This record gives sequence, structure tokens and C-alpha cells, in this order.
Amino acid sequence: MFRSKLTRLAALAASTLMMGAVHAQTAKPAELKIGITTFMSGPASVFGVPAKQAAEMYIEQMNAAGGINGVKIAPTYIDEGVGTDKLLSEYRRVVQEQGVRVTLASISSGNCNTLAPVAEDLKVMNIMWDCGTEKLLEDKRYKYVVRTQANATTEMVATVLYLLRVKPDFKTIAVVNQDYAWGRDSWELFSNTLKALKPDVKVVAELFPKFGAPDFSTEISRLQALRPDVILSTSWGGDLDTFVRQASQRGLMKNSLFVLPLAESSLERLGTTLPDGVIVGARGDHYFLHPELKDDPKLKNFVAKFKEKTGAYPIYSVYHMIQALDGLAAGYDRAIKANKGQWPSSEQLADAMRGAEFRGLTRSVKIREDGQGLEDQLLGVTKKVAGYPFPILDKMAIYPADLITTPVGQKSPEWVKTIKSDLINSPRIKTYALSDK
Amino acid sequence: MNQELIFLAILDGLSYAALLFLVALGITLVFGVMNILNMAHGSLFAIGGYAAATAGAWALAVGAGPLWSFIMLPVVAIVVGAFCGGLMEKYLMRRIYGKDPVLQLLVTFAAFMIFEDLQRMIWGTQPYSTSELVNYLGVAEVMGITYTWYQLAVLPGVALSVFFALRYFLRHSSMGRQVVAVAHHREVATTMGINVKKIGLLTFIAGSALGALGGVLAVQTTSWVAGIGAEMIVLSFAVVATAGLGQIEGALVAAILIGLARAFSVYLMPELEVLVPYLIMALVLLVRPQGLFSVAKARRV
Repeated sequence: MFRSKLTRLAALAASTLMMGAVHAQTAKPAELKIGITTFMSGPASVFGVPAKQAAEMYIEQMNAAGGINGVKIAPTYIDEGVGTDKLLSEYRRVVQEQGVRVTLASISSGNCNTLAPVAEDLKVMNIMWDCGTEKLLEDKRYKYVVRTQANATTEMVATVLYLLRVKPDFKTIAVVNQDYAWGRDSWELFSNTLKALKPDVKVVAELFPKFGAPDFSTEISRLQALRPDVILSTSWGGDLDTFVRQASQRGLMKNSLFVLPLAESSLERLGTTLPDGVIVGARGDHYFLHPELKDDPKLKNFVAKFKEKTGAYPIYSVYHMIQALDGLAAGYDRAIKANKGQWPSSEQLADAMRGAEFRGLTRSVKIREDGQGLEDQLLGVTKKVAGYPFPILDKMAIYPADLITTPVGQKSPEWVKTIKSDLINSPRIKTYALSDK
Repeated sequence: MNQELIFLAILDGLSYAALLFLVALGITLVFGVMNILNMAHGSLFAIGGYAAATAGAWALAVGAGPLWSFIMLPVVAIVVGAFCGGLMEKYLMRRIYGKDPVLQLLVTFAAFMIFEDLQRMIWGTQPYSTSELVNYLGVAEVMGITYTWYQLAVLPGVALSVFFALRYFLRHSSMGRQVVAVAHHREVATTMGINVKKIGLLTFIAGSALGALGGVLAVQTTSWVAGIGAEMIVLSFAVVATAGLGQIEGALVAAILIGLARAFSVYLMPELEVLVPYLIMALVLLVRPQGLFSVAKARRV
């Protein structure tokens, strides 16, 4: 009894000291320690490992150019693949023991949900650099948490709009998503949006195979029997590769139009597996052959450098990582300006992040007052061309984020039901034909 | 659900069951002879798949035709089994025979985690795949549904061949009978002059090679990612537990049962697909805690 009281007292004393440290930290630090959570193990390391490589390269580049206002960035990487409890204790460890005041967390929406409230409690500036869950910033107001990319609503609404532009007259649709939060939530957003815009579409099958399923042959047989006009899958990584390969081996892609909102990250790996005409999304306007920016030196040089170092073209998680780092730099610039040239506190930084506008490798992103980033969305259809051993994107369209993102203060499930069909052909959507080679 | 769909579900279920059976067979063989539940078996499945993908890429680079796969793939499985299984038996398993089962589980689980890290070191984290053979064999139309010949003929064919070959070996060859003798009673077998160490090593290599063979066959249609071994091991444990540990015929029946149930659930109630193998296992174990096919053992003492 006495012991536990004593421990509690000690903990209280320690946390008071900590708080003191937070407010005292306004002098310019020798280096800016940031904690970055990313998947270094498990299936999602298909995103996490390239993103970490990108972070290493980009931070080196930023530091060579003087860092942020003369302060060099010193990253610590935390593995998201170790499970929630372990991740949480690692996160607390780097914040409380190593004095990290800025974190980039995370890839997984589940991990974002876990870490955002902790960052808020610890008054740590947290940039959600890749996770898509729209609920987090819609359900609660955070002070220290922002997102430097779009959320699931923006991504799914763009996908529905693009599908209706490319194939306006389909009657039936089936879905094959991974059986976990993202697979379920993305389908809910997609189907609600689709129902609002095209109420007569019939959903003929809703399949949620196990996360990491090694075999989709039964699902594919069933889909062949049902012959839906459109098949949606928001799966990613090994699951998407396996599903697409088995579907293609068995000719399912001949009869149904595939819609794969995350397939930009699988295009190079899948080689010639994908036929022409498959709808592919990129969770943003990320693409190494960006129709507006492919000759822009920032994008072009980084793509070349990344390809040289890793042997692959950058995928969306790479772009998201760089957006988060550029977003952080933009936030610091604004905060320092507002603080009359002095190094800002975490609180001042958090205020300055809202309203910050910055450019990663592709189009620029603006952070709204609720912390949500406005990131435009690029979609296209696959086309095989000479010069690449995998299909590239044709008939690309870029959707402005403000058009397709739930307004501040509203909730996505209700908002998507109010979308009107004149949005499909809005003049603000830019379309591009494939430049002839 | 009409007759056609029932037939289709059976086809899907059987090709899946074939893979499941091969992996489960390795676990059950090792358990039957050595009384050890090998958690690291899933790693052999994973390493077999990675090795086959690497071999496939190499074959493509040197221009070997897809038919060579029929020779190359079994060789890959045997090499992986002999190398990884052999090392593991010699330096790890031999020290824990007859020890507390909890310790055995922990040791093989540790081996599993070491293998996981080794895979990441060697093959990295990006998905691997190879499909020359599947594409070469082409597709067949069954009642308007396209199937690959690979899943219709190769997978079930290999599983059945392995099953009958193993049965014949255990019943009719001298070595096979020695294996059965060791499985029945280790000490008695030793006193009869059987080289138990050698039998143990061979069984473990054979079991590992079966796990690797499962991976070699699966990677032709599945993209190989970090952690794939863990997925497979859990499901094949369900098969082994349903059948009864150490039951070879039982593993075949249980694999078919689970494969079919899974296929039917995709047609009838997709929500249940993930649950079905474990539901069957739980139901079987409620009624027969020793598994479907285990027989009562004579008391040894």
C-alpha cells in the first residue's frame, strides 16, 4: 500500500519534471531528434522499408542543405511490425528517454489510433505520415496531431468518380478486400459514395478473405460464376499481388474491369501480369511519370537517385514520407517566423503546422485547421508501352483534394451520401492523355 | 446453391487441401516419430517458397524451359529440407528429445523466429513470385469457369503421389519399418538394434522437405511475403489437431475436410471463411479430444 503510494508520488514528480522540460525547450537544440515509426517487419514492410530508405536519403539531403533552420535532423526509427503494446512502449521510450519532441507515426491506421492520443498527452508534435483512417481527425480535435496526406475518404471518393468517368454504364460490382479495418472501412466509404452517385448498381458479392490469405481460387471461381462488370479490391502488398496474379492466370480480368486503388505500389513488381485497362490509384498524386511534374527536377532527381539506390521506382509510401518531412520543415519555417526568428516550442510548432502549405515530390499539400492534409488524387488505367517491363498509367486524371474531402466539422459516412453526380465531370478535374513515345 | 456450384466448390477445395496436406504431413510425421511439435515447420514452408522463387528467376535468366521445373522444384524442396532440417535436427532437436514438451515448443518457436530473421536478411521484405510453370501449363474450362491445369492436376497429383509413396515406404521398406518401430517405442527400437539417431535425422529431413515442398508449390501462385510461414503453420496445426497428432491418413482426410469446408463457406457464407477450419477443429476436439483418427494407446507402464 505504502509502496504503491510512493511509486505514484515518484511518478507524479517525474512527470512534473518532464512538463517543466517541455516548456523550457525553446532554445535552439543542437539537433532535432525525430522518431519515425515504420514497418520494418511483417507484410506491411513492402511500404515501410522503401519509406525508411527514402527517409534516410531525404534527411541526408536536407541535412546537407543545412537541416531545418540550421538544425540537423537526427532520426530514430521504430518498427511498427512488433505489435501495438511493444510499439507503444518503444514510442514512449524514445519520447521520454531520448527527448524526441517530434514524431512521424504511422503507416497502420491502427497504430495511428493508438499513438495519436499518446502524442497529444505527451505534447509531442505528431505527423501521421501514411495512415488513411479518416475517423481519427473527424471524431476528435487534436492539437499536436496533423496529417500530411489525404485520408481514406478522399481516396475512395476519387476512385468512385474515376470509375464512373471511365465506365459510366456498369450494372454489377463485387468487392474482394482484406479482412481488417482498412478493407472493411474503405469498402464502406466506396459503396456509400457509389450508392449516392449511381443507386442502381447491384453489389453481387462482398468477399473479405483473411489478411495474408495465400489462395483466392475459391473467390475467383465464385466471381467467374457471377461475372460482375466491375471488381474492386483495396488490398495491397502480397495480398494484392497474389489475388491479381491468380485472377489473371485464370482469365478473370478478361470479363471484369478491375479497380485497384492501391496498385501503384504493386505495378513494378507485377510486371506484365496486369492487362491493359485496369484502374489504378496511388493514394495521392504520386507517380514517377506524373503528367505535370515528371520533368520537374525535384521529382526527377529523386526518382533517379532512389532507383539507383534501391533498384526500384518509388512507391506511394516513399512520397508520403517525403511529404511529411517537407511538411515538418514548412511547419518549422512558419513557426520560427511567427516566433520572431526564435526556435519554437512544440505548441507553437503545432499551431504553425495548421495552414502550412508545402510541396513534397509531386503537387503541393495544404494542412487544414483540423490537421487534415489536402492532397490531390491521381488515377489512371494500365497500358503496356515499350521501354518499361511493367504497365504505366494512361488516361490519367488528377482530382483536387478540396473537391472530394469531407469539409471540416462533418463526418465522412454522412458527407459521402450527399455527393452529387455533377462532380464526376467537374471542370476542375484535370485529365491527361498518354504522351506519345 | 446448384449442382454446378457444388462441383466447383469441390474442385477449389481439393486443390487447396492438397497444399494444406503436404505441410501438415511434415508436422505430423515428425510428431509421430519424435513426439515433438515443430513450430519451425512454417519456416521450412517459407524458405522453400523463397528458394523456389530464386531458382525460378535463375532458370528464367539462363533460359531453361518451364518443363525443367518438374525436376528443379522437387530438388529445391529436398535441398532446403536436407540443409535446414538436417542442421536443425543435428544441433537443436537432438538435445531436446524426451524433454518437457513446453521446453520443446519454446525451442522450436525460437528456431522459427531465427529463421524469420534469416529470411529477411536473405530475401528482404519485397514480395517474391514465380509463375512460369503455371503459365506454361495453361488453363482448362470447367463448366464455364477457367481453372489452371496447375491447380486441377499438379497440386492434387503431387499430394496424392507423396501420400501413397510415404505409405508404401513405411509399410514395405526396411527403413520405413524401422521408422514405424521408432515411432512405436523409442527404447525398444534401440534395443532391437535400430539406429535411432539416424532414423530421427532422416525423418526430420523428410518432414522438413515436405514443408519446403508445400512452399515450393504454393509460391507458383502466391506472392511470398515476410511472415507467410506463420500463416501456414497455424492452419496446418488445425489440420493436424483435427486429424490427431501423428496420423498420416488422418491428415489427408482432415485436410480435405477443411479444404472443402472453406471452399463451401466462400460460396455460402463468406464471412465464415476464416473461422471454418478452427470451427471444425473445435467441434472435433469437443467430441474426440485426441483427434479424429487417434486410437487408444496401450499403456506402456
